[in-house]
Amino acid sequence: MRDRALIWSGLLIFLGILTLPIWHNLAAHVTAKGPDPVLPAREKQCVAPLEFMKSSHMTLLLDWRDRAVREGEREYTTADGRHYALNLSSTCLAQCHAAKADFCDRCHNYAAVSPPCWDCHLDRSPR
Amino acid sequence: MKISRQTFLRMSAVSALAAAARRLAAAVSKTRWAMAVDTAACARQPNCTKCIAACHQAHNVPAMPDPRHDVRWIAKVSFGQAFRGQEDEYSPLRAAPAMVLCNHCDDPACVRVCPTQATFKREDGIVAMDFHRCIGCRYCMAACPYGSRSFNWLDPRPYIHNPNPDFPTRTKGVVEKCTFCSERLGTGRPPACVEACPEKALVFGNVADPRSPIRELLGSRRHIRRKPEAGTGPEIYYIV
Repeated sequence: MRDRALIWSGLLIFLGILTLPIWHNLAAHVTAKGPDPVLPAREKQCVAPLEFMKSSHMTLLLDWRDRAVREGEREYTTADGRHYALNLSSTCLAQCHAAKADFCDRCHNYAAVSPPCWDCHLDRSPR
Repeated sequence: MKISRQTFLRMSAVSALAAAARRLAAAVSKTRWAMAVDTAACARQPNCTKCIAACHQAHNVPAMPDPRHDVRWIAKVSFGQAFRGQEDEYSPLRAAPAMVLCNHCDDPACVRVCPTQATFKREDGIVAMDFHRCIGCRYCMAACPYGSRSFNWLDPRPYIHNPNPDFPTRTKGVVEKCTFCSERLGTGRPPACVEACPEKALVFGNVADPRSPIRELLGSRRHIRRKPEAGTGPEIYYIV
């Protein structure tokens, strides 16, 4: 058993490498919690139910794009009869989600997606 | 559900009638947006560029430092530049300015050549653009007889000094042009250039309606169009 020290140190290094992801996450403050978007303070209702918006807001926005650009529609009526300007900038961003970094980015970063919306549409965050 | 032959025939007849009625209604209430430019009224203020400023502010058109990268939706050029070959040495029109913008042609060459249908013609005659779909091939720029289109050679964002947050900017590699303010028309407002003109030299209206002010104007005053021989049917009229 002259190699005891060698074996134990080797085992320790091996365990260290094996558990590296745990230490890495602890150091980077990664938690099991999901993204935490900041919800608008005033408005309590979105243009569609929360669950639909969570799963399909991109589809809704594509539909809005086609309606506004192709059909020339400028007003959106929700399923329960409310009216909004059919416009990402002046409805969604101006009335509710001004701070892109606190709302859009939180989930997009979490899901590692980078939609190109803001290449053209302007972020209304106060500067 | 079981449908009898009689019900089926009745349903077909009703839907055919409804479709026909819809087409008829569309034909009767037809809208055809057009613009008349009163060159004499425009010439009263030779240094005025209010329409250009209003348009470019409303649509986040960048002010490029290098003229080779110019992006223009509406521009002021001399009569001779706008109407090549129609001016002569002694014509009083030589000094007159001409506002040039997209002609929103009846048979637009740009729409024909666009491979992605990013440029398309709306029911009301506006030659519109869906910037999302533009791939920057510039076929439309080659096809347009009027040079009404601009290409973003650079990222335009740094050159938009006071952006209008209600209208998107464009990105590098996208073509852009005048949209006849379709976003303003949708909310019942006239185009930005028309609203900004202090001399009311730009008259915008529906030429499909014989009682509209623009039709009265065109019916009573002598006017010309740019390159009608190109066969595209330009809808910007210049009162001379």
